[in-house]
Amino acid sequence: MTDAVTVTPGAENAATVRADEAAGLNPVAAVVMTLADVAVAFDGRTAVRDVTFDVHAGEVTSLIGPSGSGKTTLLRALNRMHDTVRTAAVTGTVRLGDLDVYAPSTDPTLLRSRVGMVFQRPNPFPTMSIYENAVAGLKFNGIRKKALLDEAAESALVAAALWDSVKDRMSAHASTLSGGEQQRLCIARALAVEPEVLLMDEPTSALDPIATKRIEELVVELKDRVTIIIVTHNMQQAMRVSDRCAFLLMGEDKAGELIEYGPTAQLFSEPTDPRTLDYVNGRFG
Amino acid sequence: MTTLLDLPGDPTLERRRAVQEAAASSLRRRKLGSAVALGVCWVFLGIAIVPLVGVVAYVVAKGLPAWSVDFFTKSTVPEGIPGGGVWNAIVGTAVITTVAIVVTVPFGLLVGLFLAESDGRVAASLRFTADVMTGVPSITVGIFGYIAIVRNFGNSGFAGAFAIGFIMLPVIVRAGETAFRGVPTSLNEAALALGARKVTIARKVVVPTALPGVITGVLLAVARGLGETAPLLLTIGGNQYLQWNPTKQMEALPTFIYSSSSQPYADQVQLAWGAALLLMVVVLVLSIGSRLFAARLRKERR
Repeated sequence: MTDAVTVTPGAENAATVRADEAAGLNPVAAVVMTLADVAVAFDGRTAVRDVTFDVHAGEVTSLIGPSGSGKTTLLRALNRMHDTVRTAAVTGTVRLGDLDVYAPSTDPTLLRSRVGMVFQRPNPFPTMSIYENAVAGLKFNGIRKKALLDEAAESALVAAALWDSVKDRMSAHASTLSGGEQQRLCIARALAVEPEVLLMDEPTSALDPIATKRIEELVVELKDRVTIIIVTHNMQQAMRVSDRCAFLLMGEDKAGELIEYGPTAQLFSEPTDPRTLDYVNGRFG
Repeated sequence: MTTLLDLPGDPTLERRRAVQEAAASSLRRRKLGSAVALGVCWVFLGIAIVPLVGVVAYVVAKGLPAWSVDFFTKSTVPEGIPGGGVWNAIVGTAVITTVAIVVTVPFGLLVGLFLAESDGRVAASLRFTADVMTGVPSITVGIFGYIAIVRNFGNSGFAGAFAIGFIMLPVIVRAGETAFRGVPTSLNEAALALGARKVTIARKVVVPTALPGVITGVLLAVARGLGETAPLLLTIGGNQYLQWNPTKQMEALPTFIYSSSSQPYADQVQLAWGAALLLMVVVLVLSIGSRLFAARLRKERR
């Protein structure tokens, strides 16, 4: 279809456009997700609040901040992973294109087939083979056609830079892979469903530097295929892989807040908030 | 379903459309399957609850009328004579269980600590023995107590405590082992790196950390031991009169229920129902209490 999502860049703000251009970003790149006043509370205690920003198509957006600033909590609000936690309450608005993520009519399972997720620790299904892991999401969503499954598995494994090393042992168990390979299998598993947005929750925190480097390269390569939002505690990683960056910080009442959001290059070189400056210069956190 | 940047011919986007169409079109079927499966779960849950609730409700209905001041304060009267209570059985159960606890809890927990800290052949065979002991029929334990103690020293509360201890011991050992094993290795290593000896680590780090689990395990073992009938039948001898001295024959609640429920006198059967209710309430209070206590202890530490 051609009636793509209404383009609402920060174009109404000339300063934002100039900043985007200075950072080499397309100021009118389509917005895939919008967050407006998003807050998450557990048992009535706010964990993160006041989060408002747009996620642009074909970019990597990173969420950074010290422990307890609510990065992961915020990320999990974007594909309704908090639905499984009885005490969790998400307020504010999250939109995926023209879909209101938290509208009563929105089916969370359909939403999650459009907004995928990769977790901190590699978690391939231990009882499934490499192939079965790669197509698991497709099967969950009711796709049975072998040709489509095979094509999707190959495409996803190629994209995850895993195809060459596993194509001859697709029926081997996923547990025979190394940690880094397992994480790339998990990325392939998420990609096979062809989500529009891929959420990554510190995807390299359980990996060694070499495996981390490969995942980071992968994140940058995948931009054309899927919009990525990545949580990282590693500022260098955020600088290396992301186009835009959101900095969160725990406020005095222990709830995380969005302090600053903007093009990564600008956020790291000339942030507008002094707290951001202190953090990116390693003065705390 | 609309997608972004929809260019025909791009295999990625075509697959995306295929996936989203398949997901949307199978949603009804999947939701129906989900609802059916959940319904089946509820039905079976209902079926499973009926006997559970039924037993409790029946015992309450039958037993509650038997409860009176006399029931808790008077001893059993000879068959056929109305009145009397189960004070002698309450005292017997309390004394026998206390003796069993005093002996088996320290012993069982030390064995559990050993099992948690050691992985040698001795530990493996001990663990196996404990598992086998859990599965031994309680009547076998009763016969063992009968041959080992009663044949030499006669029926007594101690003989009953000995037999009940055998039922409780493996439960305490395995519960203790599980609790002690649950203590993170990192804490152990932190203490080791400070120059602590094994005994000190156990005393200052492992035991306090494992305490909620230990207490839950011990109370569950006590609840288990309270209700055992067969080991007591062959060892304590029974006693219509109040007896505090565990070297003598005693009465206990489970054996009282067993012997009185088969009596032809309605009063006696009524007392048995009352005793059954009492036993059930005590076990319930112990189980719930142990959980609450452990939960509170865990919460305080956070």
